[in-house]
Amino acid sequence: MQKDGAKPIVRMEKLNKHFGTLHVLKDVDLAVTPGEVVVIIGASGSGKSTLIRCINGLEEFQSGHLDVDGKELLPNGKASKALQQIRTEVGMVFQQFNLFPHMTVLDNVTLAPMKVRGASRDEAQQTARRLLERVGISDQAEKHPTQLSGGQQQRVALARALAMEPRLMLFDEPTSALDPEMIGEVLDAMRELAREGMTMVIVTHEMTFAREVADRVIYIHKGEIVEQGKPEAVFDNPQNERTQSFLARVLTH
Amino acid sequence: MNSSFQFDWQAAIDSIPYLLKGVPYTLMISFGGLAIGFIIGIIFGLMRISPTAWLRWPAIAYIEVFRGTPVLVQVLFIFYGLPQLLGGPIDALTAGIAAIAVNSGAYISEVVRGGVQSIERGQREAGVSLGLSRIQTFRYIIWPQGFRRMIPALGNQAIISIKDTSLFAVIGVGELVRQGQIYIATTFNALEVYMMVAIMYLAITLTLSVCLRLLERKGLVGQ
Repeated sequence: MQKDGAKPIVRMEKLNKHFGTLHVLKDVDLAVTPGEVVVIIGASGSGKSTLIRCINGLEEFQSGHLDVDGKELLPNGKASKALQQIRTEVGMVFQQFNLFPHMTVLDNVTLAPMKVRGASRDEAQQTARRLLERVGISDQAEKHPTQLSGGQQQRVALARALAMEPRLMLFDEPTSALDPEMIGEVLDAMRELAREGMTMVIVTHEMTFAREVADRVIYIHKGEIVEQGKPEAVFDNPQNERTQSFLARVLTH
Repeated sequence: MNSSFQFDWQAAIDSIPYLLKGVPYTLMISFGGLAIGFIIGIIFGLMRISPTAWLRWPAIAYIEVFRGTPVLVQVLFIFYGLPQLLGGPIDALTAGIAAIAVNSGAYISEVVRGGVQSIERGQREAGVSLGLSRIQTFRYIIWPQGFRRMIPALGNQAIISIKDTSLFAVIGVGELVRQGQIYIATTFNALEVYMMVAIMYLAITLTLSVCLRLLERKGLVGQ
């Protein structure tokens, strides 16, 4: 058991990704152990979103090794069978929420458990209502997503992902599209999730939040991991000069 | 110029029962053809956006050929031309339905393509990242949203196709215009009868417009 616990759920070795002539990810090594909260920071265009999108196959990579939950993802988008299994176990929250606008909040949350896991409607709805309550929007279940605020929509998106009982959650700038007054409610929900022991990989610009919840902070610059460590180490005593100048820019406002 | 012509209301009214016999044919050709055209449109519209070249190219060829040639030529080809290939006659009704099917199918392919492509990439990504297969993602997420956006263009195509069936009088199928022509041949009331024919087309297309508007309004919820 303990041995299993130490085995990484994400293992990325010498991962390379190209967009045409652009070298987006350069020899990226990353291992995430179960229960760990990893926060990836970096300037826009540094490749941090691309990096987490590789983990559930939304982006292809060209070379290197990647396995998630023991299932290997092959370069150039091959092995679609493993890919669907991985996606079933890995939840994702997007910057733009990406809720399904033609369905009610409740149907957004029950769709995948019913169609992928084969849950009955009753079971799925019970789970969905419990999750919606947990993220504080149980009274909105019958509404359509466009009737909700951005913060509420993002919390529905979180509940939708959690309904699949994922072993790993990916967050791609979950608060970047939100009005400032709504950022807190989403971060609170994520904080609670971290406290419960969920394995999380988070791309964010919220440095205070990163410092608070991260077990490990990774700074990525032009597709390369240039520094990583405990949040106190990276934020208070960055070793790399690129990290220093990045943090100087983002922490002084 | 002085016209002594008097509009003969009685003649117009007298023609109605005769013209009404053509309405079922007009409706059968229109909606039979459109139903098949819709199926063709879904298949070729999706092939058209396939990343696989051998699926995409036949769809492009089909769309270009049947959108780029007149529906009148298509029906003449089917009714007079195809029997030479097949070795047996095709009845006028079947030829009419087939012509509307292949013609509207080409346009509907483009409508389907546009509707599906208008759905944001994030919707597909959200679907597959929940573990839904590509087909499930299409069926439960992309198609329902895309279809709603297609409704106005599909309605437009239906109205065009209904009017196109008027050309099929030339192959002798007893639709509205053909019935009108036959009636005029004996009574010579061209003005009155063609006006009644026009009114009947309008009645069909206006009914359709109203239905579509209701359907669209219903579809607005959650958009």
